Amino acid sequence: MIRKMNHPAWFLMPYISLFLVFIIIPVVIAIFLSFTYFNTIETPEFVGMRNYIELLTRDEVFMQYVLPNTIQFAFIVGPIGYMMSFLLAWMLAQIPHRPRTFLAIILYSPSMTAGIAMGVVWTVLFSGNATGYLNAWLLNFGLIQEPIQFLTSPQYLMNIMILVSLWGSMGVGFLAMLAGILNIDQSLYEAAYVDGLKNRWQEIFYITIPSMKPQMLFGAVMAVVGTFQVGAIGVQLSGANPTPQYAGQLMVNHIEDFGFIRFLMGYASAVSVVLLIMIYSISKITFSLLGEKA
Amino acid sequence: MAASFKGMKINPKSFHRSQIKFYAILLPMALFVALPIIFIMFHAFKPTNELFAFPPRFFVRNPTFANFRNLGRLAAEGGIPFSRFLFNSLLVTGIGVFLSIMVTSTAAYGLSKLKFKGKKLLFEINTLALMFVPIAVVIPRYLTVARLGLIDNFLALILPLIAIPVGLFLVKQFIDQTPNEIIESAKIDGASEMQVFLKIVFPVILPAIATVGILSFQLLWNDISGSLLFINDDSMRTLAFYFSTLAAIQGNPIAGQGMMAAASLIMFVPNIVIFIFLQSKVMNTMAHSGIK
Repeated sequence: MIRKMNHPAWFLMPYISLFLVFIIIPVVIAIFLSFTYFNTIETPEFVGMRNYIELLTRDEVFMQYVLPNTIQFAFIVGPIGYMMSFLLAWMLAQIPHRPRTFLAIILYSPSMTAGIAMGVVWTVLFSGNATGYLNAWLLNFGLIQEPIQFLTSPQYLMNIMILVSLWGSMGVGFLAMLAGILNIDQSLYEAAYVDGLKNRWQEIFYITIPSMKPQMLFGAVMAVVGTFQVGAIGVQLSGANPTPQYAGQLMVNHIEDFGFIRFLMGYASAVSVVLLIMIYSISKITFSLLGEKA
Repeated sequence: MAASFKGMKINPKSFHRSQIKFYAILLPMALFVALPIIFIMFHAFKPTNELFAFPPRFFVRNPTFANFRNLGRLAAEGGIPFSRFLFNSLLVTGIGVFLSIMVTSTAAYGLSKLKFKGKKLLFEINTLALMFVPIAVVIPRYLTVARLGLIDNFLALILPLIAIPVGLFLVKQFIDQTPNEIIESAKIDGASEMQVFLKIVFPVILPAIATVGILSFQLLWNDISGSLLFINDDSMRTLAFYFSTLAAIQGNPIAGQGMMAAASLIMFVPNIVIFIFLQSKVMNTMAHSGIK
């Protein structure tokens, strides 16, 4: 039978069917549901733009906490994580193969578990009583008198979330950028120095980054998507959805809150659609910042 | 003159004094990143009195397997042996990774080397799908799985995770680099497209296959939402799901600390071992990745 498989359908159909059923159709359904009232029991009832209007005008939690939190989180974790990935990859490219491989594996390892499986580390490290490592340490040095409730107090939760997310931000994009840097044709550098390149910063901006633009763009998409995806971490750390005083509440938590706790699936879908649009627009903006036609 | 070609220092063959400044940044960063993982390793082997010692201690003094035994005991008390969760995870992950590799690599070959209508559009939609975060489609995905009658079926844990847009993307970019000559010469000898793919292209693209394998392994092995949403029968749920319930079972997250550390370690070790074995292949694939 294999001897007669020539038609492209043999190659494409399995992927396309699964891709359609589990990725594309769900997105289409989400868009459809976002225009309905749907409580999972009754049939969805068409309500036009009501969910979106409510989201933008009536949902105080969304406007006051979720949106600002998400923007703050994304605009810190995204760019810093991306730049860190690039700079670490660039530095790794300056050292020999063996230590490079060793260090690259270490730097990549947190992203394998998406940070969440490692939740216990953070709950112990930042635990609110004296057995928490950070509290014990601060008490020991006399910096504080009372243990601090790091994970349940609004003023610390967001910063800890940012720290934990940056810890796990060297993912697939980081590997792509590392490989990209290593594969740049060495003669490009030679020619550039002959043409008057002065230092390594110029080298990075005039040769390295332009020569690995495909990997830079891939890394950027991965950074944007990754940033919006890790939102579950606030709930994981504080042990509650909503997070204390909504301090660590991000879009993904808002979707879960309405979708799976309150069962307002139509409304949750509207939030999902807004999230997808945000990711798409930010990716496009990033592309144009990196000098690629959007 | 040659000394001023600073770019020549990229990918050096040996140590040089000028590299010290990079080590000075890289080593502390790596240590910072590794600390939580090393912590888990020690924590998992701590006996109770060390888990709750004050002041808390980083290193373990009297290592014990008690936390791992407790994990097993707790599962048994819940009515389902630990081995059952492990078996489910291995089954789902094994079948899933195999299917994902086959489905993704054939599609990538089709997109790269075959001619058909809508090819460019398909690739663009796939690239767009890189941006679809799973959480945004959780609700409709549940509806789809329910409509297909897959609730309480192992397939519900596997099928939604087979088509990985990033995987297709990476393999397609990789196949683009393989020369057409070897494919053409095989076709002259009368081989079908599928034969060409299986016998000639597949062995050449093994690095990319390894990469898809790793991505797929991570998705399947770490997945919690499938067990949570699509499965009601506890005996069909996976290890990742069982571990995620530990905090709730214990009521008090602090009391189950040792067990949770042991669980994290069990989840983490396969990920890292596979990656270490395949890392050179992954790097090879990534060299061809990128959005062009």
